[in-house]
Amino acid sequence: MPVISSTRDPEARSLTIVCEFAAPVERIWQLWEDPRQLEKWWCPEPFPATFETHDLTPGGTSSYYSTGPAGEFQRAWWATTAVDRPHRIEFDGGLADNDTKAPDPDGSMHGVVTFESVELGGRPATRLTAVTVFDSVPYLEKMLAMGHEEGSKMALNQIDGLLAEVLA
Amino acid sequence: MVVDSDIDRIFHALADATRRDIVTRVLQRPHSVSELAAGYAMSFAAVQKHVAVLERAALVSKSRNGREQLVSGEVDTIGRARELLGRYERLWHARANAIDALLAAENDTNNEN
Repeated sequence: MPVISSTRDPEARSLTIVCEFAAPVERIWQLWEDPRQLEKWWCPEPFPATFETHDLTPGGTSSYYSTGPAGEFQRAWWATTAVDRPHRIEFDGGLADNDTKAPDPDGSMHGVVTFESVELGGRPATRLTAVTVFDSVPYLEKMLAMGHEEGSKMALNQIDGLLAEVLA
Repeated sequence: MVVDSDIDRIFHALADATRRDIVTRVLQRPHSVSELAAGYAMSFAAVQKHVAVLERAALVSKSRNGREQLVSGEVDTIGRARELLGRYERLWHARANAIDALLAAENDTNNEN
């Protein structure tokens, strides 16, 4: 499993996830910077994301929507607040009104993601640390209601299926 | 049953170190307010106020035992707050797995060439 640790802090409404990937930092950075690559993993199947705009530079904004198998449609926003390429990204984000694209007044989240060069089995690898802080818990509830949770379960099942094939 | 509007109250209540300590103590066994007050360098009234904040967030409940008021922990409410972040945690597991699958697919393509 690529996730090596996760820490929940209910008092601070935050979650810290540390993952390691078998690819150099520059490659992992591209997965965040290129909207066509980002949308392949940001909202796991079957709720894929489509980024209409994505600008991973300080002050840059992104607009995306997620669709679901039963016709679900939800717009969301992302505003990059600080960047130290390819080591660190800070951004605010949240749900948006489907018609006006205005940020949802119920709240937002703040993310700080750091990318660190490490070695895995003598090969260059990346340790990614993602800290997410929610400014309101009702917003966290609402975001999860977007269907992310079902998507996560399905993505995990897909991985299990792949493993079963490899081990067979 | 905890509804959405209660959730903010829960997190606000837990944001204070004394209140977290009170919750930890009353989850172990019910305490009277005077018993709780003996453990802190603050007035009985101040501890009573902390207990009231926790009670409004349904993190503790009070019951009467003769002349004393007993404070007990509400395990379900605390579980609910943790569960929310747990769900978000699962989203990140799915993202990490999706990234891994992308990298693996890319390696396969490179090896074929």
